Amino acid sequence: MSDYTIIKNNQTIPLQNIPVLKYDEFLLLNTSLLKIESNHCVNYFGYKIQDKLKLICCIADDSDSTIIISSCEIKQNSTKYPSFSAKHLAFHIFERELHENFGINYMDHPWLKPLRFTFDRADKNSRIENYPFYQINSEELHEVGVGPIHAGIIEPGHFRFICNGEQILHLETQLGFAHRGIEALFLNKKKLLQKTILAESIAGDTAVGHSTAFVNLWESLCNYEADEDLQFSRTIALELERIAIHTGDLSGICTDIAYQLGSSVFGRLRTPLINFFQIWCGNRLAKGVIRVGNNHFYFSAALAIQLEKIFNDFESDFTEMYTELKELPSALSRLEKTGEVSREQSASIGTVGMVAKTSGIKRDIRATHPHDLYHKLNHQPILKNHGDVYSRVQIRNEEIRQSIAYIRKLLKNIPEENKNRKPLNEPQKNSFTLSLIEGWRGEICHCAITDDKGELIHYKIKDPSMHNWLAIALAVRNNEISDFPICNKSFDLSYCGHDL
Amino acid sequence: MIGNVKILAHQGKQYIPDITKAKIPGIFRGRPEISMENIDTNALIVLCPTDAIASNPFSIDLGKCVFCGECAFAFPEKIKFTTDYKIATNDRKSLIIKEGDHKNIVLNPELIKKEIADFFSGSLKLRQVSAGGDNSCELELNACSNVNFDISRFGIEFVASPRHADGIVITGPITESMAEPLQICYDAIPSPKIIILAGTDAISGGIFADSPALNRSFLEKYKVDLYVPGNPIHPLTFINGVLELIRKRK
Repeated sequence: MSDYTIIKNNQTIPLQNIPVLKYDEFLLLNTSLLKIESNHCVNYFGYKIQDKLKLICCIADDSDSTIIISSCEIKQNSTKYPSFSAKHLAFHIFERELHENFGINYMDHPWLKPLRFTFDRADKNSRIENYPFYQINSEELHEVGVGPIHAGIIEPGHFRFICNGEQILHLETQLGFAHRGIEALFLNKKKLLQKTILAESIAGDTAVGHSTAFVNLWESLCNYEADEDLQFSRTIALELERIAIHTGDLSGICTDIAYQLGSSVFGRLRTPLINFFQIWCGNRLAKGVIRVGNNHFYFSAALAIQLEKIFNDFESDFTEMYTELKELPSALSRLEKTGEVSREQSASIGTVGMVAKTSGIKRDIRATHPHDLYHKLNHQPILKNHGDVYSRVQIRNEEIRQSIAYIRKLLKNIPEENKNRKPLNEPQKNSFTLSLIEGWRGEICHCAITDDKGELIHYKIKDPSMHNWLAIALAVRNNEISDFPICNKSFDLSYCGHDL
Repeated sequence: MIGNVKILAHQGKQYIPDITKAKIPGIFRGRPEISMENIDTNALIVLCPTDAIASNPFSIDLGKCVFCGECAFAFPEKIKFTTDYKIATNDRKSLIIKEGDHKNIVLNPELIKKEIADFFSGSLKLRQVSAGGDNSCELELNACSNVNFDISRFGIEFVASPRHADGIVITGPITESMAEPLQICYDAIPSPKIIILAGTDAISGGIFADSPALNRSFLEKYKVDLYVPGNPIHPLTFINGVLELIRKRK
């Protein structure tokens, strides 16, 4: 028997097909896999079975669209285990989660900092209000604390800077303020509609991304193949969400460099895009459009004509504004060489999405593990190499144009609505499923495990922000603290998607 | 510079001239209307993901409703969501829409604190606290200040410091970790001050209502001045609700 099993994106397999390794074999296999550049860890999590803890590690191979799954069972006791993170830092976030949730001890993990202070964490004495931040004792240095409540209308999170004058030496981010216990609710809420609403609420700015990950997973678990019109509307919604949020982010970045015109124009350019979601499905953030094996809001030819008109109006105004921005020396001086993340840093901490792509790493699920209609689009990820704020501005501009081109291509051939859909089967028993989606922020991974009745016994959500938060901390080092807002906005990571 | 002026000219007027009469494009799930039709009530109660539907009399609680609209798809003869976005109120009971009840949702003037009209009718500064919101209501609150909705023309603004604020706008179901920061922020606001709950998550906890990760004890201590339902709230719902709350009444 092999050490692992290989699956494709959105494939359900019997749980027993995943080989169970000894911990040292499990560690050796997965850390060796990550030495290959085309591999990255999409999820690594644990759940309790009786007195044991089952660990499942999922490594995506971007070169051949496969995902390598292996597992291990360990006893929950005071044993100190060697960590994956000591061999490859990209595992750090997953092992911190395992430590926080189940109390697993590691002998050589670099920093077992709490992740989100889950309500069911192993150590109830570890509390967010008395978390000991990293400190440097020096008379020349001072600390700046920001949050959890920020100056603007933003989600909660705490940033603790150690500064030398205006210069940031170190930033530590503490999240967990938005922890709502979503993964536990996935098990407790028995109705499918409740789970769908939960998926839409993981991160409201990525309602389409997370709900598509959920419905693709659930359909696979129920051995149900979605009709083409369903896949079509999901692909359109994902790309439209990307265009809308990217446009809004450009507005936010202009706000943070005090460029009022850019802020206003990009801000108002987002309005017709999200109003189109309103016209399509009755909700500006597209809540309601993605459903398991169903769609109340068929994407009709009439909608296509309206969307085409919105794009035509959008493009000329967008191009005019973007051209002005990129030729404005006072704007560029704030954007260029600010908040840089190098390719080496990005690779070592395992970034995904825009952060990976702007530091030259080709990591995009649409290209490497295509779902829904992406196999028809032959997606080529846009790459930038400087890893600074300006790269993250440029990639948004280019991805907006690319997404518009994709939607236009898809609109040429709108599938007929299937008015006679197959009924949904029951979820398969004793199974494991994994679903990967490229949301606008980056890769989203949902995993589910069912018991012998077909009920969920574990549901695992990974937002791209999980990987990327550390990148902000690295990016702002040696920057002026006044540049933190534009750095933060240019990443636009999710607090609630991280906190769950 | 010339480029900037050209862009300004090309943009033209973007604001909604009369915010109280604006029409929402396309479909919208606003105030529902429930007919007296006899249907399988239990099927509807079971269908609702957040227990917003109750019987005797048949009703939908907009403070719990996540506006998914599934009830209206299952029983279109019974429930219809209208495009009426003026669904904010200061009376929690007014959010419960009963069958046969096709009235507009309004504020109860008797419940409005006297100081509100005295101090805030021309200028209201608000401090927003996201207490575990999913960033959808937060995006829509930000949209209230964009050039389309332009809430600041009414003297209503979101400010950075609670010391500058006249009230607090809470989004999200109020997580355990945000309970204390929320209290500290509220205490820092000078009196008189108001509390606005924006979105279903804030009003009732929504889909998270029975999660052990929440601590909603803050809401047991204070009177809420405005409930703004929605998932997320629509900017027009929020702006019209606040304008109704602060306007001078004769």
